[in-house]
Amino acid sequence: MDINSVPQDDSTTYAKMKKAIYAHDEDGKLQTVASTGWDIEEIVTQQAVDDIEDSIKDAYEEVKSGEKSPLYYHMFAARMDLLVLAQSTGFFQWTIKKHFKPTVFAKLSDKKLLEYCDVLGVSLDEIKKLPQGTK
Amino acid sequence: MSNFEHVHHAHCESGVISSMLRHYGLNISEPMVFGLSNALNFAYIPFVKIGGMPLVAYRSIPKAIIKNIKKNLKIDMKLETFSSKKKGEDRLDELLDEGKIVGAQSSVYWLSYFPKEMRFHFNAHNLLVYDRDGDEYLISDPVFQDSVRCDKASLTKARFAKGALAPKGLLYYPVSIPQKIDLKPIIAKNIKKLSKTMLRKFVPIAGIKGMRYLAKAIKELEPKDKKYAKLFLGNIVRMQEEIGTGGAGFRFMYASFLQEASEMFDNDEVLKESSKMMLEVGDEWREFALMIAKSIKSKKEIDFRAISEKLIEISENETKVYQKMLTFKAKV
Repeated sequence: MDINSVPQDDSTTYAKMKKAIYAHDEDGKLQTVASTGWDIEEIVTQQAVDDIEDSIKDAYEEVKSGEKSPLYYHMFAARMDLLVLAQSTGFFQWTIKKHFKPTVFAKLSDKKLLEYCDVLGVSLDEIKKLPQGTK
Repeated sequence: MSNFEHVHHAHCESGVISSMLRHYGLNISEPMVFGLSNALNFAYIPFVKIGGMPLVAYRSIPKAIIKNIKKNLKIDMKLETFSSKKKGEDRLDELLDEGKIVGAQSSVYWLSYFPKEMRFHFNAHNLLVYDRDGDEYLISDPVFQDSVRCDKASLTKARFAKGALAPKGLLYYPVSIPQKIDLKPIIAKNIKKLSKTMLRKFVPIAGIKGMRYLAKAIKELEPKDKKYAKLFLGNIVRMQEEIGTGGAGFRFMYASFLQEASEMFDNDEVLKESSKMMLEVGDEWREFALMIAKSIKSKKEIDFRAISEKLIEISENETKVYQKMLTFKAKV
């Protein structure tokens, strides 16, 4: 790719950041050029972000309707899935799945909850409920 | 450490190593680090899932650059991991107070200076801490245009994130660096080594074989759930472009290494030609990404066969580059 073809598409997924890309000048000499984004990359990043946002929204509804415990929502809100949460906490996946049940979750000790709080980056108050004012 | 100079690089691990060595007087570019550590690769590993999608990698495994540079350039580099957060924090402060600059592995998700759009649970990011200011660290993150700052709590969380490729607080720094190294024999050896690795026939998931394996998997997406198929395809491109600059980006960087190598060998024609060919392959990887992004966006049926064939074509052209590289005869 030559330096004039390096995409400068101001991708929203770059959030004003720039990435360095190696490209060649007229003499064929390779060097880095700062790129403000590429539409193609934005499409696939946005696809992944949308997929995560959908999971968060679905989780919110399931918690709200009482099917799942707030932990289920907070897992997705931290951009995690069951596998990542299990690896992060060291709990078995089936243990975590049990904690997705509102009745089981309600009986968890603060000590256990704090382990979740630590990896999810939320407080003890926050993990017990859904956040206010989001959809 | 006011004399530290931040440079914007294409990739985190090779960028950190290049900045680090340059700071200590060994002037070595990012592409040179990338080439000398045999960092280019390809792997499609369907049984390792990230975010529910199979792993597609366009370079060697994380930490391979650090380890290979250490080995190939015979640099005395120390790597330390920690059993507790407190120990890891204290050691970093201690090293900085000694005036050292320190490489660190971290998760991307917890780094407060990353924009939210880019924060995913990826544990193999690399950054360079060059000073501290109270409870804030001064950081040279190679993929950022300017140096950044990060609060202690966030950096610690990022360094001790758990899960796949957990950094365990990893810190690395050179103990002593030779001021002059004859790079030529190392270049010659590793160009050969990389070509052979990529052309290897008996590992189905890696190198050229890995590309063909992925091409087959793409063709088999046809009868599968459409949403899954689109996420699968998007994941290939995301790995290519998003996480750590990607397939095309890495090929451009390797082309730059070959160009630099050619200059060191009195404008060697084989290396010059290989560099050009690798650049063209990089462009093809971008065309491949374009093709996929279009099919994700479009309402029409996805032409899986065409996407698969494009990847086969790339694998054939990339094969030619490595075959060309193998004809390089070093006049050392």
